[in-house]
Amino acid sequence: MIFEYAPAPESRDVVDIRPSYGLFINGEFVDGSGTPFKTVNPASEETLAEVAAATEADVDRAVQAARKAFGVWSALPGSERAKYLFRIARIIQERARELAVLESLDNGKPIKESRDVDLPLVAAHFFYYAGWADKLQYAGYGTTPLGVAGQVIPWNFPLLMLAWKIAPALACGNTVVLKPAETTPLTALLFAEICQQADLPPGVVNIVTGAGDTGAAVVGHPDVDKVAFTGSTEVGRLIAKSVAGTNKKVTLELGGKAANIVFDDAAIDQAVEGIVTGIFFNQGHVCCAGSRLLVQESIAEELLSSLKRRLSTLRLGDPLDKNTDIGAINSAAQLAKIRELSEAGEAEGASRWSPACPLPDKGFWFPPTVFTGVSQSHRIAREEIFGPVLSVLTFRTPAEAVEKANNTPYGLSAGVWTEKASRMLWMANRLRAGVVWSNTFNKFDPTSPFGGYKESGYGREGGRHGLEAYLKEIS
Amino acid sequence: MSERLSVRKTYKLYIGGAFPRSESGRSYAVTGAKGEFLANASKASRKDVRDAVTAARKAFAGWSAATAYNRGQILYRIAEMLEGRRAQFVSEVAEADGVSGKKAGELVDAAVDRLVWYAGWSDKISSLRGSSNPVAGPYFNLSTPEPTGVVGIVAPPMGPLFGLVSVIAPVIVTGNTCVVIASERAPLPSITLAEVLATSDLPGGVVNILTGSAGEMAPWLAGHMDVNGIDLTGADAELAQKCEELAAENLKRVLRPNGKTDWAADPGTGRMTAFLETKTVWHPIGI
Repeated sequence: MIFEYAPAPESRDVVDIRPSYGLFINGEFVDGSGTPFKTVNPASEETLAEVAAATEADVDRAVQAARKAFGVWSALPGSERAKYLFRIARIIQERARELAVLESLDNGKPIKESRDVDLPLVAAHFFYYAGWADKLQYAGYGTTPLGVAGQVIPWNFPLLMLAWKIAPALACGNTVVLKPAETTPLTALLFAEICQQADLPPGVVNIVTGAGDTGAAVVGHPDVDKVAFTGSTEVGRLIAKSVAGTNKKVTLELGGKAANIVFDDAAIDQAVEGIVTGIFFNQGHVCCAGSRLLVQESIAEELLSSLKRRLSTLRLGDPLDKNTDIGAINSAAQLAKIRELSEAGEAEGASRWSPACPLPDKGFWFPPTVFTGVSQSHRIAREEIFGPVLSVLTFRTPAEAVEKANNTPYGLSAGVWTEKASRMLWMANRLRAGVVWSNTFNKFDPTSPFGGYKESGYGREGGRHGLEAYLKEIS
Repeated sequence: MSERLSVRKTYKLYIGGAFPRSESGRSYAVTGAKGEFLANASKASRKDVRDAVTAARKAFAGWSAATAYNRGQILYRIAEMLEGRRAQFVSEVAEADGVSGKKAGELVDAAVDRLVWYAGWSDKISSLRGSSNPVAGPYFNLSTPEPTGVVGIVAPPMGPLFGLVSVIAPVIVTGNTCVVIASERAPLPSITLAEVLATSDLPGGVVNILTGSAGEMAPWLAGHMDVNGIDLTGADAELAQKCEELAAENLKRVLRPNGKTDWAADPGTGRMTAFLETKTVWHPIGI
């Protein structure tokens, strides 16, 4: 049964949103030369702020600032760079509530996720890499930074992806030009203020806002030594092609279509929670989301009825309400894509189900959705939907589960639910994916390397492994 | 009494553990350093490239699942077989490179030693590249390196044996399988190496060797959707860029050419790590 909850909104007064934002270049906010764009609250479609668009010339200024700062920053003793990063980590903790509210406003994710998942991980990531800055000689990747890193990040975890990019880059002695996603620039711009509060030398971090052409200018700039990108496989391919014949070092964290595999001996209640976390966390806007549920045939019926019961208790609505489980879809464009693929799912013959779930009148919303009777050839089993849509397939034997799980060009993550340890390890060995969550899902930690196999990209973020992307290979 | 007429060897391709001719029926004349005719080599075609990739893919499951100890033993066995055929390789390398027998002998010895060096890495690279990660929660969290899959290799035009061994060994020792485009100029030692591989307990398909035009074959290999990585060491700048662009289509891991490689130097771990993935496994800890 559903209990009525009184609204429990987090106050948005904690954050001051300016009417307009400039670019952050060489330690200062400056005007952009492009036509400014608006960023909206996806839960209400209200305009939050106007943001400067960086042109190629603006990006060039940012790269020059970063190049100039590289001399100073890379020459600092690692222990000094470490202290700047520790300082940034602390300011993030101090201003965590403000950042969390701003993230939920700009992105549409529930405050309980931005507050309890994103922000703690952001601070932890800076804290973790701060500690590496003066210990690089022990890591095994050399100690020579690459230079200027051009970084382009997505809208699903705006500040967390910023942390994944900036923290290791700075720890290794690089400087950065970072482009946040067009629909979620605000927390990156608040982070720029944090850099000022931390007295970070000007030019070490530069933030250029804009759309895809700004990102292309960052990636394509001839004085950028390193390209780090998180986003779609489609754009990842273009980037890989564009750096051919250059000396730019590249890491790409791209799409996924993860299998979440449930065996007949799994703890069903825990597995149901894991399935929910796997695909409905962050509205399914997660590259490593468990978007394909592979359930052993003998328990499919029982598991699905438990899952549907559980989904009926999810609360969709105001992202700032502390009881909200499912927030808003990040943009109209993303909503259209989710709708298009869901319609394709129905048209191709799968059965669609959603719990009774009234959607707010304004904003971009999509109810939690489960497709059953899905076959491997269906688009909803092959293409990344990047929304709260689960495709359910069945299997009989472990070998069949492996075969189906690996039957995708992606290879970012996978889940395995079984109480039998030897079977779990047998599966983990055979799944061609960079992260295998067994009897859990969607767990992240700064010490734990993350990244894909195959067309999910290359390079790892997090852990000692994450340093490699930002240091010159020892040859 | 007349002098005995020697029996010449027919140089063919090496695919899936067998020695077929090119399906295209093409061959080309290979000459020595002084321009003298040495032999006709097979000139592999696009179909041969595809057959070789199929063989490499088929071999991947078994080879990547073999124990590291077993892979190390087999690489060491390759070194033993190579040592046993030392005289043959010395003469082939001397002819191909126009160097003295003494110099050729040093190059063959270096190739044997390189194989022994890499053999020992099979069960050690995990200690260097893996880690147990102290996550902030009750979870067991372990990262281990795993082979990337099928790797295409454009072997260096110079160093028909030592260079060749130096690019193949690091790719296969970690569990990858490969399709190698041999030196176009000096392909003969590569096929003799294939005879060594075929008698070293190396499963068929783990190494596949094609002779012919690198400029023709490398783009097919780079654009093949069932190849996971490509080593462009032997490609010139123009060919390397073309191949890297093609490789982007399925996001292959690309090892770019690095100017002039000094094969005699300590190779480091870079050639192995270029074709390793990192897998991280989580599991809750509880009672």
